[in-house]
Amino acid sequence: MMFNLLYPVKRIFFIVGVFVSLLFSVSLKAQTAEELIAKVKAKLEKVNDYQANGKMKTNVIFIKAPIANVKVYYKKPNKLRINNEGGISFIPKGSMNINLNNIFVNTTGFDIIDIGKEEKTNLRIIKLLPKDENSDVVLSTVYIDEGQSLIKKAKTTTKENGTYELEMNYGKYADYGLADKVVFSFNTKDYKLPKGITFDYDDGSKKQENPDKLKNKKGKVEIVYSAYVINKGVSDTVFK
Amino acid sequence: MLKLLRIELFKIFKRPRTYIAFGAIAAVVFLIQIALKFDGKSYVDLLMSNLSGSFEFSDEFKGKLLNGYLICFVILNTLLIQMPLLVALISGDSIAGEANMGTLRLSLTKPVSRTQYMLVKFAASIIYTLALLIWMAALALFGSMIIFGTNDMVVLRSEGIEQMKNFDVLWRYFAAFGYAAVALTTVSALSFLLSVFSENSIGPIIATMSIVIVFTILSEMNIPIYDETIKPYLFTSHMVAWKGFFYVKADAEGTTINGSIENLPAVLRSLGILVIYIILFFSSAVWVFKKKDILT
Repeated sequence: MMFNLLYPVKRIFFIVGVFVSLLFSVSLKAQTAEELIAKVKAKLEKVNDYQANGKMKTNVIFIKAPIANVKVYYKKPNKLRINNEGGISFIPKGSMNINLNNIFVNTTGFDIIDIGKEEKTNLRIIKLLPKDENSDVVLSTVYIDEGQSLIKKAKTTTKENGTYELEMNYGKYADYGLADKVVFSFNTKDYKLPKGITFDYDDGSKKQENPDKLKNKKGKVEIVYSAYVINKGVSDTVFK
Repeated sequence: MLKLLRIELFKIFKRPRTYIAFGAIAAVVFLIQIALKFDGKSYVDLLMSNLSGSFEFSDEFKGKLLNGYLICFVILNTLLIQMPLLVALISGDSIAGEANMGTLRLSLTKPVSRTQYMLVKFAASIIYTLALLIWMAALALFGSMIIFGTNDMVVLRSEGIEQMKNFDVLWRYFAAFGYAAVALTTVSALSFLLSVFSENSIGPIIATMSIVIVFTILSEMNIPIYDETIKPYLFTSHMVAWKGFFYVKADAEGTTINGSIENLPAVLRSLGILVIYIILFFSSAVWVFKKKDILT
C-alpha cells in the first residue's frame, strides 16, 4: 500500500532528476569548449620564454638529411626560432606553429566550435575559426586531452601554405603545456631541377617510375626535446 | 727508364705552356670563389628557388650552406668539364710534338724499346695530370675551406637533395679526387692514342676535345634510345661517377646514413670501365706506334 502511494512521488523525482542532469550536462558541455580552451591557454601562458635542446629528424620525400641537434627558442607572444648551431637544417615554412601559443595569440579573434569527442582517442575536438577575414589561418582544429588540459593534436589550414598538422607527446614539462616530442607535418611543393644544371651521375639503376612521387606530398619534421630552460629569459637577438 | 721519365718530366715542366693549365685552373677557381664570397646568397636563392615554397631560408642558413665543401663541389662541377682540354694539351703533344719537332726518330735511337718509350711518355702525361688535379684540389678544396669554412654539405640532384654531416665529407673528396684522376687519365690516354697518328699536336688536342664534347652531350641528353644503347658505353658517362661518392644512403624515413655511398657497386663498375678504356687506348697506341714507320 505504502509502496503504491510513494510510487508517483518517486517517478516525479526520477523525471525531474533526469531533466536536471540532462540540463546540467548540456550546460556543462557548452561551457567546457571555452573553459577547456581557457584552461589550455592558462597552462601555456605560464611560459614566457624557453630554450630547449632537441634532436630534429626531417622526413621529406626528396631530402636525405641527417638527424640534427637543434636549439629551439621561444618568447612571448609568438617568437620562435629553430637553430641548428652545429650544421644545416631545412626548416619548413610555418614551423613557428610548433609553438602552440601561436594558435591562441588572439583567442577573442576566434569562433569556438565544439565538435565533441574523437571515438578512438577520446580527445575533445574543438575548431577555432578566425573572425578576421584577412587572417592567413582559415581554420584550426585542436584535439585536447580534457583530463590534462593538453593539446595532443592540432591541424591548421592556411590560405597560402596549405595545412599544417601537429602531434604532441608530453612528459616532464606537461604542466607547462610543453611537449617532449612534436611531429610537424606540412605540404611540400614539387621539386625538380634540370639535369643540365646538376649534371647528375646516372648509375644505371632503374628508378621507380612514379611521376607523382615528388609532387605535393606531406613532409614531416620530428623534434624530440631533451631539456627545456623555462622562463629564464631569451634575448631578442636570437630571433633576428 | 726512370732517367727517361725524368727527362720527359723536365721537358713537360720546362715548357711555359704547361703552366697555362695551372694558371687557367687558378683563375677559374679564384673567380668562382670571389663571386660566391660576394654574391653567394643570390646563387643560393637561385639554387633553392624550387624549395622556397616549402622551406624558410634565412641569411644564416644561406651563409652556412655556402661553405667550403659546397663551393668545391660547384668548382669541380664546372672545371671537370673543361679539364680534359688542359690534360689533352700535354698528352696530345706527347708523340705528335716530337714528330713535329723532328726529334722522335732521334729519341728512339736511345737503348729503350718502343713500348718502354711509350710507357715513359704516358707515365709523364699521367704525372702531369695528377699534378694538375692536386693543384686544383689544393685551390678548390683547401682554398675554399679556408675562405668559406666548413659545415654540413648539401648536394642538389635533379630529383632530390643529399645532405651530409660536416665530419662525413672530407673522405668523400679524397675518394672523388682519386676517381677524377682515373677519369682524366682516360682522356689523357685517348689524347695519347690520337697523338700517335699525327705529326702535329693541334690535331690530337682538337680531336680529343671534339670527342669529349660530343660524348658529354650524348651522356647528358635524356633520349631513351641512347640511354641503354650508347650511354653505358661512353667513357664520358662514367667520368662523372666521382659524384657517386656524394650520393648517400638513407633509411626508410629519409635520414642520412653517415659514411654510406648510395650505389658503390655502380661507382666501382664505372671505375672499372674507365680502367678498361685506359688499357684499350694505351695498348692501341703502343700497337700502332710499334708498327709505325718513323720518318721524322
